[in-house]
Amino acid sequence: MGTGFVLKSYEFRREREKIWRRLEKLVLRVESSGIKSLSARELEELPQLYRATLSSLSVARSISLDRNVVEFLEALTQRAYFCVYGTKSRLSTAIIDFFVHLFPGMMWRYRRELVLSMAVVFAGTMVGYRTVRQDEGRFYSFVDRSLAQERGPQSSREELLSVLYDEGDRDGEELAIFSASLFNHNAGIGILAFALGFLAGVPTVLLLFQNGLMLGAFWALHANRGISYDLWGWLLIHGVTEILAIMVCGAAGFIIARALIFPGRFTRIENLAIEGRRAGVIVLGAVFMFCLAGFIEGVLRQVVTSPLLRYGFAAASAVAWIWYFAFRGRWSQAKIEGQR
Amino acid sequence: MSAVALRRAEIREARVVTPEGVPLQFEIAPAGSRLYAFTIDFLILAAVVFVFAVGVVLSGMYIGGWALAAMTVLWFLLMNFWFIYFEVSWHGRTVGKRMARIRVIDSKGGELTAAAVFARNFMREIELWLPMKVILFGSAIYGDLPGWAMPLCVLWAIVLVLIPAFNRDRLRLGDMVGGTLVVRDPKTRLLPDLVDDAKRREEYQPTYRFTREQLDIYGIYELQVLEDLLRQGVKAEKSSLEIVAQKIASKIKWRSPSRQVDTRTFLDDFYRAQRVRLEKKALFGDRQEFKRGYEE
Repeated sequence: MGTGFVLKSYEFRREREKIWRRLEKLVLRVESSGIKSLSARELEELPQLYRATLSSLSVARSISLDRNVVEFLEALTQRAYFCVYGTKSRLSTAIIDFFVHLFPGMMWRYRRELVLSMAVVFAGTMVGYRTVRQDEGRFYSFVDRSLAQERGPQSSREELLSVLYDEGDRDGEELAIFSASLFNHNAGIGILAFALGFLAGVPTVLLLFQNGLMLGAFWALHANRGISYDLWGWLLIHGVTEILAIMVCGAAGFIIARALIFPGRFTRIENLAIEGRRAGVIVLGAVFMFCLAGFIEGVLRQVVTSPLLRYGFAAASAVAWIWYFAFRGRWSQAKIEGQR
Repeated sequence: MSAVALRRAEIREARVVTPEGVPLQFEIAPAGSRLYAFTIDFLILAAVVFVFAVGVVLSGMYIGGWALAAMTVLWFLLMNFWFIYFEVSWHGRTVGKRMARIRVIDSKGGELTAAAVFARNFMREIELWLPMKVILFGSAIYGDLPGWAMPLCVLWAIVLVLIPAFNRDRLRLGDMVGGTLVVRDPKTRLLPDLVDDAKRREEYQPTYRFTREQLDIYGIYELQVLEDLLRQGVKAEKSSLEIVAQKIASKIKWRSPSRQVDTRTFLDDFYRAQRVRLEKKALFGDRQEFKRGYEE
């Protein structure tokens, strides 16, 4: 032994080491200053080097007993793998793709959950309405005092009407603050409705129902004074978007709940991972909806004070959302399915 | 050596198959690293939020309501999209994760999608922010809380924080929903091959020789332990090198040709001969993982 010195793993390393070193250099640059720091040629080179190194790793695992080499190749291929398969981090393209395809497509896909969510809010509204219509004393058991803005059973018809129409007298800035904090509050509730889907959806139902109760209670308060027509104009101008967004978040919660309760042909954890991502996309869309609703509430409602115009805008936004979710969504969904 | 074996057994690994069909072993990020990463992120976030809070108050006083409104919206975005922003644009890393050398990956081996990042971070709402809000400002936000609400929330928070401890891949709720894993950031330097010292070219003739029988005693595991020791180079204590050399010599019944044996040369030569022998055997399908008689 010893004289005929042939060490296959040594030869192997000498032949391939240049490729590894080159890959390491590129990966190091991507890690420290991003994928954009690579030139067009290097960008083309990266996946080739990655695949070559990956095959080196396969060989090294079977022939080399030099642990440092195997460990180095493992680490290097892992790091290169992140560069090649990490998030395609163009946030701008991701955002456009999101609004044009992903969000409406997902909403169409989960239309059943959305309908369920609507039904729960609707049921809550009816219960809240009937209860408060009969006994106004119950108003505060459904509505949080901070959201009521001093409206309640003690308010007169004129007081309520003045809130609905004379906001213009109030400081515009004050209203902006109010709608921004409402956005915070609503979007927070929306994310909560999604996350609570994890508990089999029961808290999601409660949260949606409670929002319905609140709506119903307001409605009854105004109906008792014969001004529900004015209330809905005031509410729906942004409410079409806002209430829909809450329902959308509820739907996301139901998606999670269904993934857990009825995992289908996957294991629960696999199914949760698949459906959870889709639900997360939906919640992100809902956050933008809340943003939009806050803008309408803070700006547009101050300018538009005629109830007829308010109804007109509400109807227009309803049509827009139906088009976006049903028609655009259906088309995107078909396209996403087609790609598979 | 048992300490080494013990340490290796405790490392948890997750196998991810790349789209090319080659399995990569990732080391699951240990709880300590994740806690460290989260603490750093949280402290930074808290500092930024604090500056914001001051900004909100000041702008409310000096600039006016519009600025205050804008700040309120920004606050929301900050609280919800801080982690998301970094995880999307830094390949699954945040400032804290970067410092703790861990990162988020797709548990199936594919590309880490933005959707996965959104899902895993929105779950934080119930994992952390909600119980924290109740525990810290419960009565301020929700008015009169029933007495059992506080302990319930504490229990809730504890259970959710402990979920990762009770599953193999250390998944938190957000990881389950997003289909992600948190792994240790791999980084190993390629060291020179031990048989490739400047003075040792291909024509190198070993000083010490070993018979085939002597080389059939140890296995791959022992070879790699020896590799670790030799790689410590000058740092390795002379005495430990000597002890190992003596152990090897007596185990394989090696008799010195001369009275003076240079320990380092002996170990280098043995390493080389042993590696040639074991690699050759492995090539013929006989991978000897451990030393002879190890099973007994």
